[in-house]
Amino acid sequence: MTETSIAEAIQSAHREIMRDDDRVILLGEDVEAGGVFRITNGLRDEFGPHRVFDTPLSEAGFTGAAIGAAIGGMRPIVEIQFVDFILPALNQLISEAAKMRYRSLGTWTVPLVVRTPYGGGVHGGLYHSQSMEALFAHVPGLKVVMPATPADAKALLHSAVQDPDPVIFLEHKRSYRLIREEIPDPLPPVPIGQAALRRDGQDVAIIATGLTLHHSLAAAQQLQAENIDCLVLDLRTVLPLDKSAILDAARRTGKVLIVHEDHLTGGIGAEVAAIIAGEAFEYLDAPIQRLAGPDVPAMGYHPALEQAFLPNPDTIATAARDLVAY
Amino acid sequence: MTTTQQPQPSAASTASAHSEHADEPAPSPGLTHEELITRWYQMVLARKIGERWFVLNRQGKAPFVITGQGHEATQVGTVAALSVGKDWVVPYYRDLGVALALGMTPNELMLNVFAKADDPNSGGRQMPAHWSHKRLRMVSGSSVVGTQLPIAAGLAWAAKLQDHDAVAVTYLGEGSTNQGEFHEGLNFAAVQRLPLVVVVENNGYAITEIQAKEMAITDVADRAQAYGVRGAVVDGNDLIEVHRAMQIAVQAARRGHGPTLLEAKTYRIVPHSSDDDDRRYRTSEELDLWRTRDPIDRLRTHLLEAHILTSEQADELAAKAAEEVRLAEAFAAAAPDPDPASLTTHLYADPSAQPTPSLP
Repeated sequence: MTETSIAEAIQSAHREIMRDDDRVILLGEDVEAGGVFRITNGLRDEFGPHRVFDTPLSEAGFTGAAIGAAIGGMRPIVEIQFVDFILPALNQLISEAAKMRYRSLGTWTVPLVVRTPYGGGVHGGLYHSQSMEALFAHVPGLKVVMPATPADAKALLHSAVQDPDPVIFLEHKRSYRLIREEIPDPLPPVPIGQAALRRDGQDVAIIATGLTLHHSLAAAQQLQAENIDCLVLDLRTVLPLDKSAILDAARRTGKVLIVHEDHLTGGIGAEVAAIIAGEAFEYLDAPIQRLAGPDVPAMGYHPALEQAFLPNPDTIATAARDLVAY
Repeated sequence: MTTTQQPQPSAASTASAHSEHADEPAPSPGLTHEELITRWYQMVLARKIGERWFVLNRQGKAPFVITGQGHEATQVGTVAALSVGKDWVVPYYRDLGVALALGMTPNELMLNVFAKADDPNSGGRQMPAHWSHKRLRMVSGSSVVGTQLPIAAGLAWAAKLQDHDAVAVTYLGEGSTNQGEFHEGLNFAAVQRLPLVVVVENNGYAITEIQAKEMAITDVADRAQAYGVRGAVVDGNDLIEVHRAMQIAVQAARRGHGPTLLEAKTYRIVPHSSDDDDRRYRTSEELDLWRTRDPIDRLRTHLLEAHILTSEQADELAAKAAEEVRLAEAFAAAAPDPDPASLTTHLYADPSAQPTPSLP
């Protein structure tokens, strides 16, 4: 078997999904030519101009059109070029897609997937590096997934397209070609809302998503040499959160470190910490810790500024080590 | 009285200048006498329900109402050109007459104003006049103005992609045409040449703001040209003219000629909503002038002059409408309220995705 990157896994998921279901259409800026990250390469050739659409530079317009198309019987996949550019579409996603089922008592539903790259480490500066999962995780009616591995990216895209409700599908852009693995065939399904225990351990639980998961695994490797036994939990979905997996990780270790690139304040780590504090308080041996992007607008363009913003295996290892020593 | 009769060809209205052009749709058949009576009755009924809604608000029985008295010819006349149950309709909160002409019953409309559990629009979740109805293919809207345009474009797109014969129609006020989503949605529909009709009910006011504060043009329809779609202006208080213009737009959409921006010039003779006092921003003289142009009186005069209806018959129909409203109100007032425990239902298809527990 050969190793597959996250980018290849997402592309191959598109092919399988579009072969299986004629209702699936793909739209976004530059997607006919493959998109800026080449995720949609070749899809227009295979599926034709009636399935794969370049759109005007108009995130609100084409996201809204995709919502309408979803209500009208299609299964649209929207690619937003960078999550930093999704803000004009928030009116459509929050005011319309997220509330459509609720406000119509289930009469109208929006089976829509919005895929978009997020995250830093590619010299993207303020507007090509942001993480925004917490923004979407605050919106009941949406689902928000953040696959960290090629197999999960593929399986979760299948789940997202099959889901009858709108799904925000966040892809860490630095991980697209960095993270590779063999993908089993057939690939077991991954349901939305289920975390994955990536490494069992008893001294400290590190809870992460996306690229920070891989940094956390690297940190755990480092700490193993110091006889620190880390549990690493991959959230995979941030709305809805897998509460039982989170609580289990906290109960088994008594010490929890939550890692994400998104800003600290109001980040998903705050919600995870609140769940643990509310329901597993008596198991805790130390305060819950969070390692996250600082509360500045976004990471800078210069590599020094970018690296100063981002969690990495060393900073994660330090935070975990301190927690174990508490 | 039938309320669902389809338009029949008639010699009464035929050609327009547009028909000389090969790319233009063929002349539209007009409304039959019987359908003119039906549509007039719907206008009367919509008016009486709107008036009653305001009374219910003042009686403390409905915390909020929003209606469209004065817009009835635009609302009923446009629906008269649609194929109900096939075409998609995405209205806005002004469109009581659209909902009624499509087939929402007085009982349903009264369930809506009382926010009852059985209200088909939203079961008490949304404010009144946020229309939604599965059988009528009327898609739920929010209170955020302008968002419906891209969604209607998407519905038209879905119909086109699935080779359905349906068109999508959306309604909005002239004030909403300043929203980015109006422009983005219209552009998207134009590029994809979608079967979409955008009806602008231009009543000259965005709540308190006169049109000159909203835009530097007189005709919203001029905005069509910028997107390469056809624009048309019609007297929105003349049901026959509205129907004719709408039929041309719907035919163009159905035949693959793309979207139309249809601007109906009208006037709301009531405040924006029950929370608005229109004396702040317009004169009684202006209101009186527009009352002389009342779309219901206008069609009634036409029906009498054309000997389609006698004065007595018209009065009987108006009395019948009043009785329908009375019965519907009594029905809806006695209907069950929403169960507080239902607050968390219909969030996701899979109830286990609900992040917080249901209410006790």
